[in-house]
This record gives sequence, C-alpha cells and structure tokens, in this order.
Amino acid sequence: MATILAGFEGLVMPGDELWGYTGEAARLLKEAGAEVGDRIRITKPDGTVYEGILMPRYALAQKPIIVVKLDNGYNIGVRVERGTRIEVVEKRRAKVGAVVTVPLLEESPPAGPKPRVYILGTGGTIASKVEYETGAVKPAMSAEELLEAVPEIGFIADIDAGVLFSILSENMTPSHWERIVDEVAKLIQEGYDGIVVAHGTDTMSYTAAALSFAFHRGLPVPVALVGAQRSSDRPSSDAAFNLHAAVLTAAKAPFAEVVVVMHGETGDTYALAHRGTKVRKMHTSRRDAFQSINALPLAKIWPQEGRIELLVKEYRERGREKLVVENGFDDRVALIKYYPGMKPEIIEFLVEQGYRGIVLEGTGLGHVGEWLVDSIKKAVDAGVVVVMTSQCLFGRVNMNVYASGRKLLAAGVIPGSDMLPEVAFVKLSWVLKRARDPEEAKRLMLENLAGEINPRHTVNLYPKWPHEP
Amino acid sequence: MPLDPKARLEELDFSKLGLKVGLEIHQQLATQHKLFCKCPAELVEEDAEDVFPRRLRPTRSELGEVDIAALFEWRKGRVYEYHAPRTASCLVEADEEPPHPLNEEALKIALAIALALGAKPVDEVHVMRKIVIDGSNTTGFQRTAVIALGGHITLSNGKRVGIQTICLEEDAARKLGEEGVKTKYRLDRLGIPLIEVSTAPDLNTPEEAQEAAYVIGQLFRLTGRVRRGIGTIRQDLNISIEGGAKVEIKGVQRLDLIAKVVAYEALRQYRLLQIRDELKARGLKPEDLDNIEIIDVTDVFRNTKSKVIKRALSRGGRVLAVKLPGFHGILGVEVQPGRRFGTELADYARFWGGVGGIFHTDELPAYGITSEEVEKLYEVTGARKGYDAIVIVADEEKKARKALEAVIERAKQALVGVPRETRAALDDGTTRYMRPQPGAARMYPETDIPPMEVTEEILREAEKLVPEPPAKKLERFVREYGLSEELAKQVIRDIHLDVFERLVEKYKGKVPATLIAYTLVSTLKNLRHEGVPVDNISDEHLDEVFGLVAQGKIAKEAIPDVLKYLAEHPGSTVKEAIEKLGLGAASLEEVQRVVDEVVEQLRSEILERGERVFGKIMGRVMARLRGRADGRVVAEIVKKKIREVLGSQ
Repeated sequence: MATILAGFEGLVMPGDELWGYTGEAARLLKEAGAEVGDRIRITKPDGTVYEGILMPRYALAQKPIIVVKLDNGYNIGVRVERGTRIEVVEKRRAKVGAVVTVPLLEESPPAGPKPRVYILGTGGTIASKVEYETGAVKPAMSAEELLEAVPEIGFIADIDAGVLFSILSENMTPSHWERIVDEVAKLIQEGYDGIVVAHGTDTMSYTAAALSFAFHRGLPVPVALVGAQRSSDRPSSDAAFNLHAAVLTAAKAPFAEVVVVMHGETGDTYALAHRGTKVRKMHTSRRDAFQSINALPLAKIWPQEGRIELLVKEYRERGREKLVVENGFDDRVALIKYYPGMKPEIIEFLVEQGYRGIVLEGTGLGHVGEWLVDSIKKAVDAGVVVVMTSQCLFGRVNMNVYASGRKLLAAGVIPGSDMLPEVAFVKLSWVLKRARDPEEAKRLMLENLAGEINPRHTVNLYPKWPHEP
Repeated sequence: MPLDPKARLEELDFSKLGLKVGLEIHQQLATQHKLFCKCPAELVEEDAEDVFPRRLRPTRSELGEVDIAALFEWRKGRVYEYHAPRTASCLVEADEEPPHPLNEEALKIALAIALALGAKPVDEVHVMRKIVIDGSNTTGFQRTAVIALGGHITLSNGKRVGIQTICLEEDAARKLGEEGVKTKYRLDRLGIPLIEVSTAPDLNTPEEAQEAAYVIGQLFRLTGRVRRGIGTIRQDLNISIEGGAKVEIKGVQRLDLIAKVVAYEALRQYRLLQIRDELKARGLKPEDLDNIEIIDVTDVFRNTKSKVIKRALSRGGRVLAVKLPGFHGILGVEVQPGRRFGTELADYARFWGGVGGIFHTDELPAYGITSEEVEKLYEVTGARKGYDAIVIVADEEKKARKALEAVIERAKQALVGVPRETRAALDDGTTRYMRPQPGAARMYPETDIPPMEVTEEILREAEKLVPEPPAKKLERFVREYGLSEELAKQVIRDIHLDVFERLVEKYKGKVPATLIAYTLVSTLKNLRHEGVPVDNISDEHLDEVFGLVAQGKIAKEAIPDVLKYLAEHPGSTVKEAIEKLGLGAASLEEVQRVVDEVVEQLRSEILERGERVFGKIMGRVMARLRGRADGRVVAEIVKKKIREVLGSQ
C-alpha cells in the first residue's frame, strides 16, 4: 500500500479541488470524504458494485466518471449519477519508511580518478513521470534521480547533478537561455570536465545554438545537450541510452564544443553528436529525429561500447581555449516564414512594435513576394536588421540569381548563407545585444562565428530519400 | 513409505486434490486495422522489411518497483532484433510514433462478446501499460484495457463458471528465434487486437477446464468476427491444488492439450508436496539450506572425460558445486512424466545463471563423469553418501555461481511446497519454468491514449454484433437451411461457421446448404486426414468454388478434387485447378456417350439382373466423368438407358 501511493505524492491538490473531478462526481466524493489513494466502494442505483483505489481524473475531460484502480491493477471509469453511493472502505495509509530500491547494476564503478561531469536539468522528456492532471507525460524527476536510473554513467565519470529549472521545452525563452549559459559557465569555472544539459527536445536546437554563440570565443570542455523522444517511465525509453552517450561525450570527447547528443538511428546502436549550430529536430516522434543539416555530425557515440568515433577533422579541441562567456539575447527578434500572399502589414507591425531584427524564411534561394520589398526596405531604413534564410533548409541562399533576390539585397537584406532559419534567429538575437549599429550586426551575421556557416557543401550532405516501396 | 520415483497420473484423484483452474483465453479479432494504428491486422511472410536492434530497460513503475525478471534480462545484455515488414507495421509498432486512439471496431466486437457472456461493460475504457519483459512488445509493455466485468458460461454438467474480466489488448510481436543474447521478432503480429476472457478459478477437473475453453472459443467464433488459424487463439491457465500455489502456464495453443496440461500441473504440485513431506520426514528445515557454501571443484575434473565440462574448462570456466543436505534421491524423483525435481533445479539454473544445465549426484556417474570423480566430489564437498545430494555446474565462474545460487533458492522452496511461478507449456502437455510471477506493480496508465467513454451509441452498435446463441442457431439451421440436426451441430462446432453462414446466404437457392455444410465439415476434414494441407485453402477459394457450382460450371462431385488441388498447390487459382484437372462440366452429349459405352459393356449383365445393375453403371460412369457431371442428371440418363435395353429385349 505504501509503495502504491509513492507516485501520487505531490498530486493531491489542496483545498476544494478534487483531483480533476467536477460536478456530481466531485460532490459524491466530497460527501464520502474520499481522497485519492483511498479504497472506495461505488454502488450504482442498479446495485452494481465497484471497489478499488480512487485515482485522479484527467482534468481535461469533464464527465461524471470516477476512475478507480481495480485489484488486478487495471483502471476503469465508473459513471456516477443521482442515487450512486460512494463509501470509503479504507483510508489511504501513510507512507511507511523509504522505498527499497533494487540497484540496476550489481557492480559498483571502480575506484580511481575519473572525469567530472555535471548533469544540469532544465526539463524535458529525459526526466518525466505520468501526470494525472492531463494524462500526459510531464517532466518531474530530478536530475539526481537520473543517476539511480542510469547507473552506467557512474562508470564513465564522477557525476554531480542539479536542476536549474524544470520546464517543457516549448516554454523555453531567450531569458532561459541566458540562465543556462550562466549556470554552465559557472560549472565550467568550478572545474568540471564536461557538462550535460538535459533538455526537452522540441526547442533543444535553439538552446544549443544559443550556447554555441555565447561560448564561441572560448570553451575548454564539451557541453552536451540531451533529451529523449520516449518518456523515461517506459522500458523502451531512449532517455538512458542518450544520457549515457551524452555523459560519455562530456567526459571523453576530444572536442570542446556545444553539441546535441541523441540517437543516431532507430535502433539502439549509436548516438550522434551534432554541432549545436547545425542541428535540427526533423521528426515529430522518432528517436533519430535530430539530424545535422548542411554538415556532418562531429562524431558517432557508441555508449554500450564506450567508444567515440570522430566523423570530422576540424573541431575545437578540448582544453585549448580558456572560457569566454558572452551572454545576452535580445528578445525583439522575429522569425517569419514567408508564404504565398503574405501581407506587408506583418513586417510593418513588427517595425511598429519596436522589433530590432527579423529573420525571414524565404522560398528557394531566398525570395519573398515582390510586394513585400517596400515594407522590408522601410524596416531596414528604420534600423531593423533583416536576414534571409531558406525554408528549403538544405542548401544555401543565393540572392544574386534572380531579380527578386537582387531587389531584396538592394533593400538591405542580409543573406544568411546556409544557416538554418532557427540558428539565424538565435544568432541575430545574440548579435543585436552586442553590435553597436546595424552595420556591425550585418558584419557579424555574415561571419562564421560558431560553425553556423558551412562554406562548402559536398554532394553527400543531403539525405538519400526512399524511392523504393 | 519411500517416494515413488515415477510420477503417475493414475494415482491422482482430482476431486480430492482441491484442484482449481482459471482460464485466460486470448483470441485475435478480425478487424480491418490494428488496435492502435492503421496497419492491416494481418501476418505477412515475405515483405520488404526494416531491421533494427533495441534493448529494453527495467523501469521503476509508478509503484516504485522493478520487475526482477526484466532487470535480469537487461543485466544479461539481451538485445531484441526487430523485423518490421512494411505492409504490416509502421512507426507505431516500431515504437517511433505514439499510438493512435483505440480502434472502435475492435471495441465493439469485444463488447459484443462481453454482452453475450452476460458481462457488464465498463463506463469508460482506460488503456493500461502492462510491463512485458521479453521484448515481444517494442515498447516494453503491452497495451491492455478492461472493457467489461462479470458474466458467466454454463458447462454441459450444468455448472456455472464465472467470468472475471474481459480485456481488449494488443497482440505481441512474433518471435522468429534466438541467437545468443539476441532475440528476433517480426512486428506484423504486434498490435493485432485480442480479446482476453478470464474465468474465475471455478474449474475443478481437467475436463471442465477443456470444456470451458471450448465453450468460450465457440462463442468467439459465433460472432464471425474473429481470426482463424494457428496462433489466433491462445490459452493461459492458472492452476492450483490444495496446499499448492497458483501457477501460471503460458501459451497453450491447442485446445485439446488443456486437459493434459491441467492434469500434469496438478500432478506436479502433488508431487512437489510429496517431496516436501519426504524432506520434512527426513527432519530438514529451510534454515538448513541457509549459508550453503558454493565450492570450487574444478580440480576434481582436471582430467575429466565429460565433454561438457572439458569444453567449459577450455574456455576458462570453472566447475562449482553445492551440497544439498538431505536431498539424496530427491533430484531423481519425477514431478511430471520425464521431468524430475532435478529438471526443476536445472530450469532455475538456466534462467538465473544463463548456463546450459546442471549435473547432480542422483544421476551420476554418467555423461562422461566417472565414479572416481563422483567419489572425489563427495570428499571435497564433505557430503554424506546416501543422504546429501551434490549439484555441479561447469561454466564461466560468475554464471555458474548465479546458477547455483538459484538452485539453492529453489531447493529451499521445496521445503515450503510449490513456488509461485510462470511456466511455459510444452508440446507434450508438461511445462517448464519460465520466470517468477510478476507482482501487481507492473500496470500503469497508457497516457498517450485518452480514456474512451462507452456511450449508449457504442453499446447499441455492439449489440448488433452479439452472436446468436448456439441453440437458436441450431434450430434455425435445421428449419431454414434444411440441415440435419447432426450436420447443423457439426457446422456450429466447426471453425468455418462464419464461412458457412456467408456462403449459404450468398448462394441461396443456387447451392444447397447441405452441400456447403458437408464440404466445410466433412470434405475438408477428410482431406486433412489424407494429409492434404487444407490450411492453404482460403475463404475466397471456397467462395469461388461454390460460385462455379452455382453456375453449373463444375459438378458438386468435383469439389473434393478441386479443393485438394488448391491445397496442394498454394498460390494457384480455382480456374487453374479446374483446367489442370480437366474438370469443365461435361456436355450432355458427352454424358450420353459415356453412358452408352458403359451400358454396352454391361449389356448382358443388365439383361440378366435388370435394374439392380444401376449402381454399378452409375459408379463406372461417374468414375469416367470424374465429377464433371451432376449425379442426378447422369442417373436420369442411366435409368432411361437401362429401360431402353430391357425394353428392346
């Protein structure tokens, strides 16, 4: 009984809220004095009896239905109506003592000096539990708990861990990037040999880019962002595999760069360490959603074998640079995807609102409808920095090929080369915090600061799409 | 009285054993799509496929526990290699995409079965994740939901057997085989909807258990919405006897094996209790097995002739031994025919230690191990001859140690009685240890699928699918289709019941119902007895054959030959069968000609014996026409011809 309730800690809400129950269901439960975790008996007007443990109800579905866990472990929903009786059979018992947990590995890591790695939790699926309020998976586990869940990492490094914050990655903002940069910088100064940042996958590549620019002048150790596409509450989760690979990267990689470490293919074989400025989430749900675009990943990471296989020759070497932090991101930057028929008002609105930078995701080589050129020119004249990227993602913008591109260049649009739109967006947000004027901003946007621009695309840098059934 | 080393079923009196059996019957539903995606609910043999390896990690459930068996497989480094056929699996089966909402068609069929069993549907269906540790689910759990509670069936002896739960769940992946630490699965079967009906432990004899399984299986078939064929229905059994324990037996695929499995498990538990009593009589207590030392006896086998041990040693392994005090003779005692208590110990050693097996003194000297070596074993371990037993394992030291720890653990349980465990059914009706029984903690909500309310509307639609009760069906088949009661009964029992009903309606007035019934229950059965692989005959084949009979293109007498050809030539069409067999219906002229010829041959006999020769003539004519003509038509012509011959006298 005690262990059954372990998962409910923190879910029991105070006051009148009845764990998602409303209306008749809430009234009946209140009358019976029933609380989540209590064993209750529901007797319907027709005499049918259900007995089980009262579970919280998903707040999003407001129906007169009470969820109970039967003795065989199954949950069912029982509809209640006038005349339904609810009794508490047994109050939930207080938790007695600590839960005894069997360690996953029998062996302990060998003694002796090991690299020191810090795992910084920021939220995301790599650390999650079931949330009854919505029935969805929500970040809940502390980063320390990861150590217990993935004991293998203790064989690679001495692990310290802490939670900076715990938010879904879609709720991440530039001010969160700044806090992560500060924290990572602090940890590097404390002497860690590598930092792992556990992060939700949806906006992980934005944060990776932000860290890349903030540390582009000097980074002595690797910073590995990691997440999971399958929640860590399931046996098939990729969380442990990815974390294992990320810790290996942080502890042992010969490079000192900001990277995203995630599954390399659908099987549990290797992970890839992607450069933080060249990576993108390319699939909504697959484990291997993260891919390097217009570049090769830095390395294949084989966590089970403890092996790092470098894929590129050029990288920033571990231990060569001293830490230099340039933190700060301007939140008055917009990323706009051009679509046929887009109206100039959108650009004008941004200028009126005081935006200082606009990244356009244009068509093909970097175009927008010709009727937008005037509004863009006005924006540039008003001091707004406008950068062009391509919604093709693969390839480079080239605005000299067609007249419409040349008109945009003449209007003052900065061609974003092969930068991913999101990376250009993060970069511009970073640039605008430090450039004294639009001219300097332009110079910085054109310069390859953190590996965000690849001047050479070889033929192989494009996926082979399937054509055969 | 000393323990009989043989396990004899005859000595069991089930009425005195306190035998209790509960069934869990799983049946694949014939839906268009799988339970949680839009893949067809079909198995495929040859298909373009993607292959990928995965591992499954034991997770702590919301209840805070780890499944020990799962932990164990993971520690052993088990890898699952999944084969994902592209026509019958997608990212959902690959665990690369969240499940889609519950398939409503499957829910309705399951609810219809629930209603037919008198069960009460739940008001809202909550899909749960049941941790499954063997890799047969890519997710590491099986998605399952209770859809109804209660209900009952009635056996022929009038006994009411309670139904406890009715679940809708996804079938597991198909195991292709094992190679070392690698287990291979194909994902086509994963996600096919299954209904699971669990009975109360109300069954008290092997025969009752078998009949209950039959009754429930028949009810499934009566819906006409379940899949047929090998592996589409599977039974798990929960068996206990008084003083024994509830043992779970997985994967009984054949209905006719159930009684045997039940009887053998009752026997096993009975024998284990006898072993316990014998050990008690010898004055043994569980504490006597505490702190048993595992001894390295490698030196005893330095020059051994045992191939198994030699091989283990050449690979750097060791030979370890334990003394089981007071166990002399016990390891050689049979618990089921051909399976001794030593086999039970070996099962534990294999599962927990990953070793090939064990040797024990109740079977030594043998297998190349000499009596000198056995002598030395007694010496080194300090075991008493004729009182203690010694178990040895030759393998990598770590594995051997684990194996012997498990052996000690199992031996200790022998003093208590029957351990609660999950066992796998073997083809001969005996069982083998599979893994410990998981606790109730391995169930938690599937949060990717919103709960589904069972509305009035869904129930109304489910009611339409509730099958007609067998008695009513029988009466209707006799009245409406003119089947004899015996034939009607056979049809209702037959696996092709749904095909029968469909074809009878389709060819009403064109093909007699008796012919269809006879073909399905009798012709197919006869062909099977002849060794014809009738499983190759599809429903479409049968439909087409009766279609041709309806059009008069083939005679009903040709049906067995056509079916035989189709069965023996998989992939062939009915058209091909008819061409190859030269079975186009004979023209009237041809029939006339053959009759003329046969009558000519037998003219003198006809003149002598008159109409009594009719049967002989018919036989010869039909043989020559090889079923290409309707018997009635031929008979008319023959009769006419006989009269002509007799009249011309």
